[in-house]
Amino acid sequence: MTETLAIQTPHVGHASEPSAASGSAPQHSVVFDVRDLVVHYGAFTAVREVDLKIHPNEITAFIGPSGCGKSTVLRCFNRMNDTIKGARVEGTVNYRGVDLYGANVSATQVRKHVGMVFQKPNPVPKSIYENVAYGPRLAGLRNKGELDAIVEASLRGAALWDDVKDRLKSSALGLSGGQQQRLCIGRALAVQPDVILMDEPCSALDPIATARIEDLMQELKAKNTIIIVTHSMQQAARVSDRTAFFTTEVNEANDRRTGVLVEYDRTDRMFANPSDARTEAYVTGRFG
Amino acid sequence: MTLTINDLKSKKQYADKSFSVIVLLGGTTILVILAVIAYTITNRSTDAFRIAGFKFFTGQKFVPNGTPPALGILKYIFGTALTSLIAIVLAVPISLGLALYTTQVAPQWLKKPLVALTDLVAVVPSVVFGLWGIIYLAPKITTLYKHISDLCDGVPVLGSIFGKVGSGRSFMTAGLILAVMITPIITSIAREVIETCPQTDRDGALALGATRWEMITGAVMPHSIGGIVGAIMLGLGRAMGETIAVALVIGSSAAITSNLFSSGDSLPAVIALQWGEANATAKSALIAMGLTLFVMTLVVNFAATAIVTRSTKRMQGAA
Amino acid sequence: MTSVMDQTSSPAPVPSNELLEDLVGVSGRRRTKNAVMTGLMFASVAIIAIVLGFVLVTVISKGWGIVHTKFPHWFTDDIPPTARRVGPGMKAAIVGTIVTTLTATVIAVPLGIAGAVYLNEYGKRNVFARLLRFLTGVMAGVPSIVMGLFIYVFWVLPRHQEGLTGLAGAFALACLMLPIVVRATEEMLKLVPQNLRDASYALGATRSRTTLTVVIPKASAGIISGCLLAVARASGETAPLIFTVSVGASAVHKTNWNVFSGPNTALSLQIYANAKETLASAQDRGWGAALTLIALAFLFTLVARVMSARLSKKTQ
Ligand SMILES: Nc1ncnc2c1ncn2[C@@H]1O[C@H](COP(=O)(O)OP(=O)(O)O)[C@@H](O)[C@H]1O
Ligand SMILES: [Mg+2]
Repeated sequence: MTETLAIQTPHVGHASEPSAASGSAPQHSVVFDVRDLVVHYGAFTAVREVDLKIHPNEITAFIGPSGCGKSTVLRCFNRMNDTIKGARVEGTVNYRGVDLYGANVSATQVRKHVGMVFQKPNPVPKSIYENVAYGPRLAGLRNKGELDAIVEASLRGAALWDDVKDRLKSSALGLSGGQQQRLCIGRALAVQPDVILMDEPCSALDPIATARIEDLMQELKAKNTIIIVTHSMQQAARVSDRTAFFTTEVNEANDRRTGVLVEYDRTDRMFANPSDARTEAYVTGRFG
Repeated sequence: MTLTINDLKSKKQYADKSFSVIVLLGGTTILVILAVIAYTITNRSTDAFRIAGFKFFTGQKFVPNGTPPALGILKYIFGTALTSLIAIVLAVPISLGLALYTTQVAPQWLKKPLVALTDLVAVVPSVVFGLWGIIYLAPKITTLYKHISDLCDGVPVLGSIFGKVGSGRSFMTAGLILAVMITPIITSIAREVIETCPQTDRDGALALGATRWEMITGAVMPHSIGGIVGAIMLGLGRAMGETIAVALVIGSSAAITSNLFSSGDSLPAVIALQWGEANATAKSALIAMGLTLFVMTLVVNFAATAIVTRSTKRMQGAA
Repeated sequence: MTSVMDQTSSPAPVPSNELLEDLVGVSGRRRTKNAVMTGLMFASVAIIAIVLGFVLVTVISKGWGIVHTKFPHWFTDDIPPTARRVGPGMKAAIVGTIVTTLTATVIAVPLGIAGAVYLNEYGKRNVFARLLRFLTGVMAGVPSIVMGLFIYVFWVLPRHQEGLTGLAGAFALACLMLPIVVRATEEMLKLVPQNLRDASYALGATRSRTTLTVVIPKASAGIISGCLLAVARASGETAPLIFTVSVGASAVHKTNWNVFSGPNTALSLQIYANAKETLASAQDRGWGAALTLIALAFLFTLVARVMSARLSKKTQ
């Protein structure tokens, strides 16, 4: 609540090199290394030729006009596209040295490492506690004490503990939209993920709730890598360390639009001094 | 041509008014019919209730032409409850399996044929299931019953549930046929409820690393459970009221027993089967049985509605 | 476009063994459970398909003989007066089913549509409409045999033997159809967009005129489809007819086109009566009647499905 005004003050980009990966984790300069990524939905090519590297303990923002494939690319990082019938992924997505689409890799295990928060808060119609405990339970955790500890830690991590500690057993659907979204973040944290994907996590929220989520993201950065899709350039400028700008190109042959990655750079440079004319048009066009 | 505007207006208004009265009457028929059903059936039942008193529900002997007549229907209530219970136990997993397979697993092209399959089962008249059950199924299934009975012989609880096998016309056969008959109702309602579970809820579970089955239990079920329980209750109501198929395959010898392979009788079956030879007292008793059945299904259906409403409210976050 | 890949290659990072192992698979138990449950879901589809297949194949194979030998006598001869006599003749029951169902439709459909129009166009969310909607649910749950008892007590009994007519059976069937018609029609009326009504009002049409010339025509395909499903259901009912159209299920053998007087019979009653017989001659007629009844019910359902499929195409 105290940070209400944060929304007005653009986040000043980190001038120095982003901090290195935290202690014990294997030291890789990149979390995701994406090469020549192409995604088709049936015969339709939604996005093509995406090359980018996601760096640890940074917030990377995906921006661009609607339909340019931001969500589609994001869903490649935890293989959520596997759940869509007809979706096909080409190219490679390397996660800390492992080819995510390699023969032996299990999509369900990938999602333990790469959590996701969606546009619409989507807690299940159960208690707050049950929502957070769901992931650890899947992993086979039954011990009540350990579960309690994880639930508390996750809810604290999601800055929701103080709001709900007295009503853990009441329905998650009784929470406000912003609280529900933080609950979904907490639910993702409970499986101790490495990366958190966020697909327009604030688009259904009011400015105050948005500001709280943005603050939370800055806190999470210490331990996690975050990729956020946002339709708001202001938000990208405020929260992210790097920004990827996507747009659509019309394919004359069939008059369908295919998404392409136009530019990917440090956020401050991207907004102050974009190298591609299309980025500049998009960035300045909105800011006026 | 010679009408004035005012004439037209008043005519129009008159027509409009009478139309609204007509549709109101159309709606009111439902209320009137239900009221008349309740009144006439209750009225005709009083003789039986006067003769038997509360023993009507607790008595085990039903000899309406005896002196004095014995009008106890407990065995029939038991038969109705037991056959419906068997039907529910068998139909619920199959209906849920069907609904979940259709909505969560089947490829797009298979969905419509699967829906058509369940609808086809619903179209087969109950008397046809009865005919099939009595002439075809009952004689054949006794072999299976005997196997089960032999297997369970001597086993403490199972031995008394799967006991001596008679003609094949039994609680179990009636329950089997009922299960097939109520599967389409439960399936179609469950399917509709499950389909309203938003993709985002399912994605939420999958994104936490759930397998498809874990997604179903973790996201789809919590969302749909109220509606599914409602669907089951409606199926139960239908099973309790089903007459002809049960009358044909239950064996028509009233008994209270834990042996599912024994012959029995149920309320609607007795009404149908004994109507022809019934004297005045017996008719009153049979009508009173109809009233009992009516009230039983009413209670079940009320409970179904209440559960569905409550869960819809809970879904909206009121609780 | 894949040629670019080689140029951009950088030294591939080596994954930690732990990570590799962890990403490889869900625990065997969880994967097995998923596979088993999926298998069980498929098994329930298989079970229902097999049971339906069994019933249909039995009915067709056992019923076809009597229906097509000496064709078209199955459809033109009255039912043999004794169970022992071999051979076809089901005209009385076919006619009985058609006339009682038709009469029930004539009673239930206008009432049901009127009721639904009241609920959706007039009453909407007022207390009385909500009460009626609730009672429609109650009425839909009344066991069919109770409807039969009700018509017996209310209509047949005061008229003694004269009360046993096709009309009495039709009353009982109409009581079963009414809530189905009301619900189906209301669902269809709900789908009619409000702006169509507004457009009609804007032209100065009254509410009744708007309902009759705009709303109902727009929903007509769906309404007809819903009514046909109700007819299909009613045509197969047995219990409501036992007490209302004749004394005993096998009493009538002669065709009676007149619903208003004289006892009648129906395919469902003939199936019921013959199912209780042990004679092959009678059982054969039971199977034949079952085949005829299923064909009739499927026909109604098919027409209803085709209509609603048309409707959904048109509105797309
Ligand atoms: N499940 C799907 N099936 C078919 N096409 C899809 C699907 N999801 C997205 N698309 C198409 O892929 C393109 C990119 O979509 P998306 O990634 O959602 O864009 P963004 O998130 O940038 O708005 C769009 O043209 C969209 O219509
Ligand atoms: Mg998107």
